[in-house]
Amino acid sequence: MDFLLEIIMTPAVLACIKIAVIILLFAMPLGTVLTLMERKWSAMIQDRVGPNRANIGNFTGNGVLHLAADGLKSIFKEDTIPKGANGFLYLIAPFFGLIAAVATFAIIPIAGPIGDFTFQVTDVNPGLLFIFAITSLNVYGAVLAGTSSNSKFALLGGTRASAQMISYEVFMGIALMGIFMVYGTTRVSGIVNGQNEYWFGNLIPMWGIFTQPLGFILFFTALVAETKRAPFDAPEGESEIVAGYFLEYSGMRWSAFMLAEYVSLVGVAALMTTLFFGGYHVPWLHLWESAPQWLVTVLQIFKFTFFTVIFCWFQIQLRWTVPKFRFDQTMGLGWKKLLPLSLVNIIITALVVLALA
Amino acid sequence: MTDMNALQTRMETSTSGADFSSSVMTIEIGPAHPAMHGIVRFTTHLDGELIIGMDPEIGYLHRGFEKESENSKWIQVIPYTDRLNYVSPLLCNIGYSMAVEKLYGIEAPRRAEFTRVIMGEISRITDHLTCLGAAAMEIGAFTFFLWFIKAREYLWELVEAMTGARLTTNWTRFGGNAMDLPDGFLHDLEDRLSKLEGIMEECDKLLTRNKIFIDRVKDIGAISKEDALSYGFSGPMLRACGIPYDVRRADPYSVYDELDFEIPVGSTGDCFDRFLVRMEEIRQSTSIIKQAADKMPEGPFMTDERMLHYPDKKDVYGNIEGLIDHFKMVMEGHSPPAGEIYMPTEGGNGEIGFYLVSDGSGDPVRVRLRPPCFNFVQAMPLITVGHYVADIVPIFGSINMIGGELDR
Repeated sequence: MDFLLEIIMTPAVLACIKIAVIILLFAMPLGTVLTLMERKWSAMIQDRVGPNRANIGNFTGNGVLHLAADGLKSIFKEDTIPKGANGFLYLIAPFFGLIAAVATFAIIPIAGPIGDFTFQVTDVNPGLLFIFAITSLNVYGAVLAGTSSNSKFALLGGTRASAQMISYEVFMGIALMGIFMVYGTTRVSGIVNGQNEYWFGNLIPMWGIFTQPLGFILFFTALVAETKRAPFDAPEGESEIVAGYFLEYSGMRWSAFMLAEYVSLVGVAALMTTLFFGGYHVPWLHLWESAPQWLVTVLQIFKFTFFTVIFCWFQIQLRWTVPKFRFDQTMGLGWKKLLPLSLVNIIITALVVLALA
Repeated sequence: MTDMNALQTRMETSTSGADFSSSVMTIEIGPAHPAMHGIVRFTTHLDGELIIGMDPEIGYLHRGFEKESENSKWIQVIPYTDRLNYVSPLLCNIGYSMAVEKLYGIEAPRRAEFTRVIMGEISRITDHLTCLGAAAMEIGAFTFFLWFIKAREYLWELVEAMTGARLTTNWTRFGGNAMDLPDGFLHDLEDRLSKLEGIMEECDKLLTRNKIFIDRVKDIGAISKEDALSYGFSGPMLRACGIPYDVRRADPYSVYDELDFEIPVGSTGDCFDRFLVRMEEIRQSTSIIKQAADKMPEGPFMTDERMLHYPDKKDVYGNIEGLIDHFKMVMEGHSPPAGEIYMPTEGGNGEIGFYLVSDGSGDPVRVRLRPPCFNFVQAMPLITVGHYVADIVPIFGSINMIGGELDR
């Protein structure tokens, strides 16, 4: 038994277990459930009932079985490769996006550390720079899918995706520069702990949303554009270029694109919680000094999940409320409005930080 | 926005085969494509995302309506007219019946005319709701679409209550209508219209001043007054250019001259103006319906002239005229006097005109439909070239092409 425990407690094995737990118990289930929740929520917005027909006998679970039905359907569908497609690139393309989406969770802490044990796969030194590196990988999925499909619509979609993601990458980093300045670190744990301090005694927590309100809006916009969700879904362009870069895909590979979209939706929500809403820290909990450790951890996980779900809901609400940008308008918004704004944000933040120092 | 001549030259060199290194990409939009809600094909030539040439190809929904009508009796054409415009079938019913009445030189009773106005305006509203909803959906405002479809559903229930069907209405006859107003219809109507007004207000708040929406439709697909006239535009597409031409006012038919309504006009003829014109027309139609419901006279809903309907059974069995009438109606059908007429009516999209030729026998010699969207589709190259490929969607949505009446 001791021997087993010793193996488990080695850092490498522990990291693997954490990866499995965070990804299999947090990211993927939430992403999968969101595919259903999006349909249900949009149905509520639009005065519909939403999916409720999949059943086993008389049990429908108000649509829960659609999750299983969708999964089974895409597994059993034929995995087609279009004529003239570049087979290898075509086959691997869907997984770039999925890997990038899942990898985001590697640096997100979902609860505070208990002793040496952290609820975070790894607290890498570059911290958020890792996120930028990973989300850039995302573009390869779209570009490879678009160019290898041998379809003109897919090619247009892939081109749009690459242009959009490269340009939003630029100011995504710049938008976050303010956070680095305020909390003085790029490490995720440092930023999260920095947000556990308070202004005016114990009145207002120093959350990112209060220290960096403009940065919050800019970074959120950049992330939504980066995940190619509405209103920035010109690469998918369902009405003019049919489905854009993943037009030709079918079966599980198509599902991989969809799953990547929803997992990165959760990823965006988790990142926003971590960077701008105090991460796992429950505000004012430190006032209750005799709180048992287990309760604190449970509350922290609950708070983190709660804010993540709120942000997932917000992105879905956004998608079903506003129309889409045209492709050149997306680019114009990024380069002409958001980039200058994020530069202004840096300057203001720098001045304030200097003045307070 | 772009130099059209340069695009033209570019197009010519790239398709003539002289420029082999050309980067012009030709994509087929349609016949099966999410934005093509009728069936139509646009062979589109792109330079990057810029449209430099476009060839519309129609005819995918050709059913031979006109030829089929020549092989039918006059009355048998009415069900075919249901299928012409499948979002406002009643307007085609009314248009055709009024054309045949003009051939006969008769008028339907006033109650029938007022009922026709009500049902016609309901159909115009459903037409506009579908058009605006679908156009908005394609640029991403899906919620707007479903709210409008909900409103349309209220109205289609009225159509169903009146005619027994939602699409295949087959409701008008020569000299009246097949059915009178059902019990409680006017009360229902008031209720549904107030619901519609609520939805209109909500949707107006959601979309009309939305910055993203305005960016997508403003200055897109604009057409000048002169071009619009020379292409033979009519309906909301023409009014959006600033020409207040509406058949209901220009050449009043039915009882429209007794009703008070305004003709909304735009100024630039772009997609946004078309959107606003259609939104306002829905409100005007609502007011027309209310007025018509207030003025609804008592009386018959079908003319009592001979040879326009089957005689009553008591006449068939009771006197010789009735029996002969019945025999002739069965054997020959309606026989309008010889002659030819053109009868324009204002459809949802524009002027729906029926050109009819009769030789006095029971069979139509010619039934020709003048569909409004034929001209719009013809103008597609003119109004899309120079825009981006994503602009095809709002432009085509605002045209509201209906395959049924376009291809006939």
